[in-house]
Amino acid sequence: MAQQLHVELVAVEETVWSGEAEMVMARTTEGELGVMPGHAPLLGQLAESGQVRIKVPGGDQLSYEVAGGFLSVSNKGVTVLAESASPVRAAQGS
Amino acid sequence: MAAQVRVLRQRIRAAKSMKKITKAMELVATSRIAKAQEQVAASLPYSRAITEVLTALASNTRIDHPLLTPRERVRRAGVLLVTSDRGLAGGYSSNAIKTAESLLARLRADGKEPSLYVIGRKGVQYYRFRNRPMAACWTGFSEQPTFADAREVGETLIKAFTAGVDDGDGDPGPDGVFGVDELHIVSTEFKSLMTQVPVPRILGPMEIEDRPRSEGALPAYEFEPEAEALLDALLPKYINTRIYAALVESAASESASRRRAMKSATDNAEEMIEKYTREMNSARQAGITQEISEIVGGANALAASGSEV
Repeated sequence: MAQQLHVELVAVEETVWSGEAEMVMARTTEGELGVMPGHAPLLGQLAESGQVRIKVPGGDQLSYEVAGGFLSVSNKGVTVLAESASPVRAAQGS
Repeated sequence: MAAQVRVLRQRIRAAKSMKKITKAMELVATSRIAKAQEQVAASLPYSRAITEVLTALASNTRIDHPLLTPRERVRRAGVLLVTSDRGLAGGYSSNAIKTAESLLARLRADGKEPSLYVIGRKGVQYYRFRNRPMAACWTGFSEQPTFADAREVGETLIKAFTAGVDDGDGDPGPDGVFGVDELHIVSTEFKSLMTQVPVPRILGPMEIEDRPRSEGALPAYEFEPEAEALLDALLPKYINTRIYAALVESAASESASRRRAMKSATDNAEEMIEKYTREMNSARQAGITQEISEIVGGANALAASGSEV
């Protein structure tokens, strides 16, 4: 894929993950949502104890359990704000 | 003479063990500073991101959230004071308390009734000893605060602040609870390893800066859910973040202050050891000199008396 998305997953106490990704999937209070490069600017509140999945180049997928989270999409990239975030190992499909 | 030497030797021993303790505390504090500074650095990305998000949100919506609008009449003001749990940190806690006291005096002069929220055992002790009421207090995390602690404090403050919306003069309003109309925080700013200054800051109502838009108009955001609901959810989190930042910075200041206090205590102990050692040596030397002169005097007397017989 030519275009990539700059993703930052930040918790209050530390930056959990940051890097380039192909797609970010998350569930806001309104519903499931996938963000790909070139997405319109968006601010969303994530559903409580929701998962955020980040598809990194190469087919791998990272999953994080996020509490108290917000999703911000701007022209600079995607920022996921979380009160706490912990990786989920079991959900790694491939 | 021998007694004096013994006493001095005891004092030297005491000073030496004191020095060991203060030296150990100095080293612990030094490593804590580094840890606290890492914590400060680690919390920066989040606070930067949440500020960005709030700015974007605020410039896209009409703002009339209770946390953002100044109250017409401020009757009660909440003051959050951050002190340490343990002493031996130089003037750290007492400086913070002094700053809080002058803020309280200023609030009273403005006709606002302050209500106190205290973090840290030292501050709690100060107010409890003087029988002054505190609205709430928390202890046990001043050196290594976590976000959970900050959230607990923040939730209490926000509850009090929202309860203050409907307060009238001397009557708690329909909800039956006296709330506050303003939130202040007194915490210690970490300027450098040598200087930490306690500063009062306003936590609420918040002001949103209108930043000049240099990069053209901000993009039109989509909101999920509605912008108002988002603001409702985001602002308390922002306050919690601010409190967390203040706690972490105060923790760094506390350790720095303790390190400095312990360093000078160690230096003093060293000085004392040196002084006592000198005194002890001269006392011992004086004792020896006296003994010699006694012996010589005795021998001379004996010799003199022997020659006479």
